[in-house]
Amino acid sequence: MKQDKLIKAILMAVALSAIGGLGLITLFIFKEGLPIILQIGVADFFCSTDWSPGEQRFGILSMIVGSVAVTLGAMAIGVVFSLGLAIVLTQFCPPKVAGVLKPLIELLAGIPSVVYGFIGMVTIIPLIREYVGGPGFSVLAASIVLGIMVLPTVTSISIDALNAVPRSFWEGSVALGATRWQTTHMLLLKAARSGILAAIILGMGRAIGETMAVIMVTGNSLEIPRAITDPVRTLTSNIALEMNYATGQHRKALFATGVTLFIIIMALNTLAMAVSRRRVAGGGNR
Amino acid sequence: MPELQTQPVFHAREVESSRPSRPCFDAPPAHRPARDTGEQTAEPARPKISVRNFTACFNDVPGIRNLTLDIFPRERLAIIGPASSGKTTFLRSLNRLNDLERAFTCSGQILLDGEDIYGPEIDVAALRRRVGMVYAVPVPLPWSIYENLVYGLKLAGVRDRQILDQRVETSLKEAVLWDEVKDRLKEPAHNLSGGQQQRLCLARVLMLDPEVLVLDEPCSGLDPISTGKIEDALLELKAKHTIVLVTNNTKQAARASDRTAFFLMGELVEVGPTADVFTRPRDRRTNSYLVGQFG
Repeated sequence: MKQDKLIKAILMAVALSAIGGLGLITLFIFKEGLPIILQIGVADFFCSTDWSPGEQRFGILSMIVGSVAVTLGAMAIGVVFSLGLAIVLTQFCPPKVAGVLKPLIELLAGIPSVVYGFIGMVTIIPLIREYVGGPGFSVLAASIVLGIMVLPTVTSISIDALNAVPRSFWEGSVALGATRWQTTHMLLLKAARSGILAAIILGMGRAIGETMAVIMVTGNSLEIPRAITDPVRTLTSNIALEMNYATGQHRKALFATGVTLFIIIMALNTLAMAVSRRRVAGGGNR
Repeated sequence: MPELQTQPVFHAREVESSRPSRPCFDAPPAHRPARDTGEQTAEPARPKISVRNFTACFNDVPGIRNLTLDIFPRERLAIIGPASSGKTTFLRSLNRLNDLERAFTCSGQILLDGEDIYGPEIDVAALRRRVGMVYAVPVPLPWSIYENLVYGLKLAGVRDRQILDQRVETSLKEAVLWDEVKDRLKEPAHNLSGGQQQRLCLARVLMLDPEVLVLDEPCSGLDPISTGKIEDALLELKAKHTIVLVTNNTKQAARASDRTAFFLMGELVEVGPTADVFTRPRDRRTNSYLVGQFG
């Protein structure tokens, strides 16, 4: 019993220090970033596109638009492929093949983002420049690279969600004369809806937070993009590119960019948790 | 299945690529062959389902062996037998649900109106609409009562709201459920009680107007009143459908069937009019099962 108490105390301390770390990071970012947002003015900071640190003008609208555009593009590409993969791997291919393919897809998550960025730079960008137009460094390039990067997350959580649908539902549907595809799109996708939504939102969090690969393929210009072939700068790139030499107000403005990012990601994660906790009506046998 | 395990399963596999089935077991006549005489001459109709030397294997271990059995139109056939006697495997063979198991192989024939349902040209989805299945545990899909009912018809391509509503009402009436749910069709199906859920599943199958209705211990989890309602429904349904009922409850077989088949370790021991099987079983194994000496 004494041993139990000791171990409990140690584990508690470890757990608390992890949470404490999170708390301190939050505190630090807000302490550094929040005052400058208030000083510049909420409207000027979030709704201006003029980012000129030299002249003490800090407006991050173009970067917010950039982050959102790149993330939406990445999700459009990533979700289509991930859901397709999840459906094929759970419903249409032999378990042995799925057993080989699933770990391979999860392996994609282990490739460093700088490698993705590099591959995007040397292969995707010349292709876009040649066949789609524009400078190549663009929203489109970032969307493709990020779309591939979110693939493992979204696919494997979607697979879990599809596998969590009771087999009896599936069999009941087949026994009523449904084909595999009818069962998949009329029953399974609906029954696994909350899990798939959570997968998509987590993938979004990953896409919006990605930095290195994005810096390498977006061109980092400070304009609001007018087309998907236009270059953009995202919130994350802005911090990574300028933090090295920033001082004073400039440095604080970068922290404020971090605050913006932090809030967006927290909101997405909260949404993911809320969605995945919500049980679809009748989602289990009583 | 002690007997099956002692027999080495050596057999040559013939691969017939176009057919899902292949012979997997040549069952030696281990016991006296099933005796099935008398009632066929009494029943002049052509069999609805004709099972001919049907063997079904999972991982090459036979679940039912060399089964030959006729099921006639508009009869209620009860199948009784101890656990792992192949009752459920047999039922699931009738609408090819066993195909969903990857290790399933079969040989022999099952003819539905003279057509081999394991033949290469069979539309399996259509077959499953003709041979409707009710499970031991009711499985309402995660939607409303109404959506559960119309699902099968929607799969078949029926979109006309009037036809759907009409069928919902008749099916629910046939399943003796209409009065209980007519005002709550939009409620989630899992809000119903167990007995209601089972009748909903019956109604859901009836929506498709199947020619054959196969029920796998439909009352195993139900109270006597719900059981009675389902048995009443089956009696009514007999006028239009052929019914195959697997049950562990021999009393239910005696009450709710016209003929009874006794399965033991994957083989058909005997089949005959229910009254005969229960009062004068021809095989002593049937007798021992009915008096509770094993099973």
